[in-house]
Amino acid sequence: MKKNESYEEFIKGIWRDNPVFVQVLGMCPMLAVTNSAINAIAMGMATFFVLVGSSFLVSSFRNVIPKQVRISCFIIIIATFVTIADYTLLALVPKVHKELGAFIPLIVANCLILGRQEAFASRYPTRLAVMDALGMAGGFLLALFSLGAVREILGDGALFGVKLFGENFEPWVIMILPPGGFLTLGVILLFFNWFKFKKDEFLEDVAAAERGSD
Amino acid sequence: MDNLLWVFISALLVNNFVLTYFLGLCPFLGVSNSLETSARLGLATTFVMLVTAVCAWILNTYVLIHAPYLRLICFIVVIASTVQFIEMLIKKLSPALFRAMGIFLPLITTNCAILGLAIFATNRGYGFWEGIVYALGAGAGFTLAMVLLAGLREESELSNIPALIKGTAMNLIIAGILSMAFMGFAGLFSTT
Repeated sequence: MKKNESYEEFIKGIWRDNPVFVQVLGMCPMLAVTNSAINAIAMGMATFFVLVGSSFLVSSFRNVIPKQVRISCFIIIIATFVTIADYTLLALVPKVHKELGAFIPLIVANCLILGRQEAFASRYPTRLAVMDALGMAGGFLLALFSLGAVREILGDGALFGVKLFGENFEPWVIMILPPGGFLTLGVILLFFNWFKFKKDEFLEDVAAAERGSD
Repeated sequence: MDNLLWVFISALLVNNFVLTYFLGLCPFLGVSNSLETSARLGLATTFVMLVTAVCAWILNTYVLIHAPYLRLICFIVVIASTVQFIEMLIKKLSPALFRAMGIFLPLITTNCAILGLAIFATNRGYGFWEGIVYALGAGAGFTLAMVLLAGLREESELSNIPALIKGTAMNLIIAGILSMAFMGFAGLFSTT
């Protein structure tokens, strides 16, 4: 039972409540840095680290932090982890750090992270909070990667800098420019809407057999 | 003077915060369903940006040269307390305006455009006046983008749109087209 519970928390972030495709949170950094798959992964990893770290800390201190100043406390904890991530990336992969530029510090203002602290980490025991953070961050990473991969393949004809198509491929430059970010995410959300529509139709058909998994 | 004008136009059109840097998307997509509220939120955000730019300059010049690694924490604390302070001030001075702004005022804290403004201004080494003009341009650009999207959304309420597309997906595609239009401004200045 207990194992199932934490597995539930983990898997819901990856698919059912995917932070980007379903909840549409944390958009600011995600559209800006997904013009190539490698940038998207670096950003995803940084967010992963920050989210899991701060969820762990917030959840551990959840009984100590006074209710009135909790938001400020969360933000300071998050900002600390972001600073660590910022300097670590600078030391390990200076080239990627330079490309991401100001968007690493902006992880602080990612509503996904603060949202998870407020909605989950500050209310549940550490183990569940960490599982929840792992799932949410995993889902975020997945979303970033798929967006980055689509944009790089279409806009540059390459993935991870390796050319996929022959000489004759005409890159859609617009995809790696800002409008491409909006358009790609819009189309992916359309796909998710369509998927939900189909699923609802299906569920209506088998409504009798279906029991809510919430 | 020329330089200041360039900073303003660049923040307003060429490097519009919302449509080219993707900053402040949450309010951009979340609260842009009516023209009036989005204009109001835009003005409030511009005001907070202005105060933040001044604070960021003071911090950068006098405090953070001794401890650059504290930059992020300092900025975010300053922004949060500025918003709180402005909220109290407006409540005291003009209750009518306070009621009109409602929930939007506290929400500005989590708007990444504000933090982005402080960080960009620092990275580019803007001075005091440049910082202020930059904040004004960025705020005006944010308001412009909000008002544009809100206007389009209000129109779309009246048209016959398939249920599948309605909602965030449609707003994102509208934003994509707006962003394409703003790319046209990139040719406005020959110097980068």
